[in-house]
Amino acid sequence: MTVHQLSVFLENKSGTLVKVLKLLKEEGVQLIASTIADTAEYGICRIICSEPDRAYSVLKDAGVAVSLCEVFAIELDDVPGRAADAIEIFSKENISIAYLYSFLLNGKGVLIFRTDNAEKAREVIMTSGLKYIAEKDLSKLL
Amino acid sequence: MSEFFNPEMEALSRSEIEVLQLERLKKTVNHCQDSAFYKKRFESIGMKPSDIKCLDDLRKIPFTTKQDLRDTYPFGIASVPLKDCIRLHSSSGTTGNPTVILHTKQDIDQWANAVARCLWMVGCRPEDVFQNTSGYGMFTGGLGFQYGAEKLGMLTVPAAAGNTLRQLKFFTDFGTTVVHAIPSYAARIYEVMLEKGIDPRRDTKLRTLVIGAEPHSEDTRKRIEEMLGVKAYNSFGMSEMCGPGVAFECKEQNGLHIWEDYYIVEIVNPDTLEPVPDGEIGELVLTTLNREAMPLLRYRTRDLTRILPGSCPCGREHKRLDRMKGRSDDMIILKGVNIFPIQIEAILMQFQELASDYLITLETIDGNDDMLVEVEMSDIFIDDYSKLQRLEKEITRQLHDEILITPKVRLLPKGSIPKSEGKAVRVKDLRKQY
Repeated sequence: MTVHQLSVFLENKSGTLVKVLKLLKEEGVQLIASTIADTAEYGICRIICSEPDRAYSVLKDAGVAVSLCEVFAIELDDVPGRAADAIEIFSKENISIAYLYSFLLNGKGVLIFRTDNAEKAREVIMTSGLKYIAEKDLSKLL
Repeated sequence: MSEFFNPEMEALSRSEIEVLQLERLKKTVNHCQDSAFYKKRFESIGMKPSDIKCLDDLRKIPFTTKQDLRDTYPFGIASVPLKDCIRLHSSSGTTGNPTVILHTKQDIDQWANAVARCLWMVGCRPEDVFQNTSGYGMFTGGLGFQYGAEKLGMLTVPAAAGNTLRQLKFFTDFGTTVVHAIPSYAARIYEVMLEKGIDPRRDTKLRTLVIGAEPHSEDTRKRIEEMLGVKAYNSFGMSEMCGPGVAFECKEQNGLHIWEDYYIVEIVNPDTLEPVPDGEIGELVLTTLNREAMPLLRYRTRDLTRILPGSCPCGREHKRLDRMKGRSDDMIILKGVNIFPIQIEAILMQFQELASDYLITLETIDGNDDMLVEVEMSDIFIDDYSKLQRLEKEITRQLHDEILITPKVRLLPKGSIPKSEGKAVRVKDLRKQY
């Protein structure tokens, strides 16, 4: 139901992102999805990748400000409207979403999100019959 | 009218000054016996007031430091009972202890007299309209100049700090002729005048500007004079010595006369604490000579300056200090506010989200002097923009409460601040010298 996401705190300065990505490249870690929002001074780069635990220690050892956290991963059929359906379920249950991003992986839509109310989200996913992705399934999709 | 506000003091010759100083020093040391702090200090070195027989005997007395003021916070140095005091001024900040200076009615009156003397010296007369753009309250540039200008008899406009448009309206409506402002604010006033199409020479009666409380160069003064069409005079003071009125330029604009009937001035090497000859830069050390509530003996101001050798054409034989050359400690002076980096550090270290490396940058942005505080995040990681923003806001708020200035706070990933060899560089001063 949840997968590991790396969050990297970056200074908004050229060269900071490439340093992180190069470290992962050298270790043969494959990026599955990444997102970064723009603010004036800093950014948080969020990464879903193969072998997140190893990626985490590589970055940590290199002195990168990084954390490993669990985010929800929902699998959606690749047809229009599925994301709307899924979000509506959470909205009805008053589960607010801190951030969300999505990507396609082998013909499957994947919705990643984080909420401060993880317990309730877990419950809703179970009862609503939404399809979810576990860490091990994610690497299978690669 | 006389060029002197207090001819009996201002016109003293060197030898007369020294006779008066010795008399007042003896009286002051005697009076310090009533201070718990000084009584103990005299006892610890086996000194009696009667040991002061000539001015050089001053050097038998240990220095008084800002730390002494903090250690005896709030009233431990007082030489009179609190019931005889009518006001106190305190430094900003809550780190360690702030410093407190107590005043009796006579102290306030003497202080006002010193400020009046300074203003008179640069040509202010009762016909003038004096507008004070200092913050009032604890900041001594407010009430200090207020009382002095009133004592001289000018019409005073206690406009206080900020609201530049309102300041300009007062200039034009009340016919302000004399303004007290910190140098960076004088430049700001001119910028707003330009925006509003006000020509200071045509549309105002401004004639005299009193600038101080902020380090500035001779070029800065000349630029301000040129901009506003005024004569700008350098003012020096500090809250430990009441506030403004300690030393002031005369019309020669070549050094600041320090009132030696109020203070004994020493310049010492900040490392060896030995006196340096006139003309050489060292740390300014002051002994008060006519204070009741809280006399201070050999107070280390931490300001670096020198005595200008030679006599002044204005006729006053009170020594002249060169403009301040910096500090022998790490105190920052920003917008007239005194700030120690340790105050900022103490606030930052309260946040477990922050690591221990930080950098304070002082810079001039749009004519305003600003402070940027960059600080590294600790390993406690926040994967949430709104929480990061809240954290920034909270740090800014707490810093403002401590230093009374709103800095810009920037969070950085660990390792972003370059590490220096040896002593860490905590402050970068990029301020433009006007």
